[in-house]
Amino acid sequence: MTGKNPPSNLRPETGAFFQRDRAWHPPAFTPGYKSSVLRSPRRPLLSLDNTLSEITGPVFGHDILGELDDDLIYNFAAPGKAAIGPRIIVHGRVLDERGVGVGGALLEVWQANAGGRYRHRRETYLAPLDPNFGGCGRTITAEDGSYCFRTVQPGPYPWPNGPNDWRPAHIHFSVMGHGFAQRLITQMYFEGDPMIWKCPIVRTIGDPKAVEGLTAALDMQATIPMDARAYKFDIVLRGRRSTLFENRREGN
Amino acid sequence: MAQSLERLRESASQTAGPYVHIGLTPNFCGIEGVYAADLGAAMVGEKARGDRIKVKIRVIDGAGVPLKDALVEVWQADAAGIYNSPSDQRGAADPHFFGWGRQATDMTSGECVFETIKPGRVPFFDGRPMAPHITVWIAARGINIGLHTRMYFGDEAQANAQDPVLARIEQPRAASLIAPRDGDTYSFDIHLQGENETVFFDI
Ligand SMILES: [Fe+3]
Repeated sequence: MTGKNPPSNLRPETGAFFQRDRAWHPPAFTPGYKSSVLRSPRRPLLSLDNTLSEITGPVFGHDILGELDDDLIYNFAAPGKAAIGPRIIVHGRVLDERGVGVGGALLEVWQANAGGRYRHRRETYLAPLDPNFGGCGRTITAEDGSYCFRTVQPGPYPWPNGPNDWRPAHIHFSVMGHGFAQRLITQMYFEGDPMIWKCPIVRTIGDPKAVEGLTAALDMQATIPMDARAYKFDIVLRGRRSTLFENRREGN
Repeated sequence: MAQSLERLRESASQTAGPYVHIGLTPNFCGIEGVYAADLGAAMVGEKARGDRIKVKIRVIDGAGVPLKDALVEVWQADAAGIYNSPSDQRGAADPHFFGWGRQATDMTSGECVFETIKPGRVPFFDGRPMAPHITVWIAARGINIGLHTRMYFGDEAQANAQDPVLARIEQPRAASLIAPRDGDTYSFDIHLQGENETVFFDI
């Protein structure tokens, strides 16, 4: 499944990660999002320079992927059937803060169906399940960090927080880069959705620029004509400090 | 004015929400047939070297209730203290030990159990040996950015006493990272807040 071989011909990187900007990310305690109240650490985090335990991380080979893992329209559908809803391609790159493409990153996504309903035993929304839509998919980025999957555009849905809170349409993303310190879960929103700025979960983020960074652009150049429109969504992981002058090797 | 550093900014975190299982442990939540098995469900191959152990983890909220919708990931070195990662260039890791595991907490008990091996010691960045430990990462509804912590082993008192990370934590909070052993099982209760709040790291 993994091993010492990096996902490309590049020399594996062994440097520590850039410090995380905690003011850019949502804080732990955000009372507007009620679930955070009892689940937020209240003491300061302990700052720790990266050791091997944080610099390293699991790396996954393409052998874990099934043929339809990146196609949510068909990966749960009965033979000859397809999920219902607006068909879209979601594509982009995983980069790090230096602008370098992160190849071999594992992306896992999950989402509601086109009506805004999740396939989950705790889900209570009255919108119907789509018998041909499971709601999960995954892929691994190419050497330049690029990725692509196909799905249906998820619907917005109401959730129990305030009396009338709705989530904007969104796709959940889990990202595994090359170091465990890069581990990230986030959400992708859709350009032009007026629900984005009303959402208490979106509003856990303080800086509107950070929200824009989670909002995918409609990309008419990447559509599949007569099949699917496209949204472009780049993801940025923490960058790494160079070890060039720390362990200079021959041929460096 | 000077040249721009032109760095990108990390994508902002958002909560994993209540349905994280759909994406990360779909078989666990009844979505079968998409992936053959949930990723990270098995960490140890039959021929893996080292002592077989179980690590039982609960994540407890501010009301004292274990989370029944959390996702827990662990990352650790092999029995010789080598990580199965391209970024660990010190030597070959045990090919039968992946080092990474992922479990959802049980929807009734709030527990999850990792079947793994006891890790060896890994050097701190200055070369001193750290005590054996497992890195733990938690995502769940209500958690806006994944939480990193470490589990140390209750039966490693001597190594723990010399550990450079534990040494940076004021007593008695360091005890929040040490899991007691019972038979082959270590129990690690992670408290998100309150009097016994676990130490979380900004790494
Ligand atoms: Fe959602």
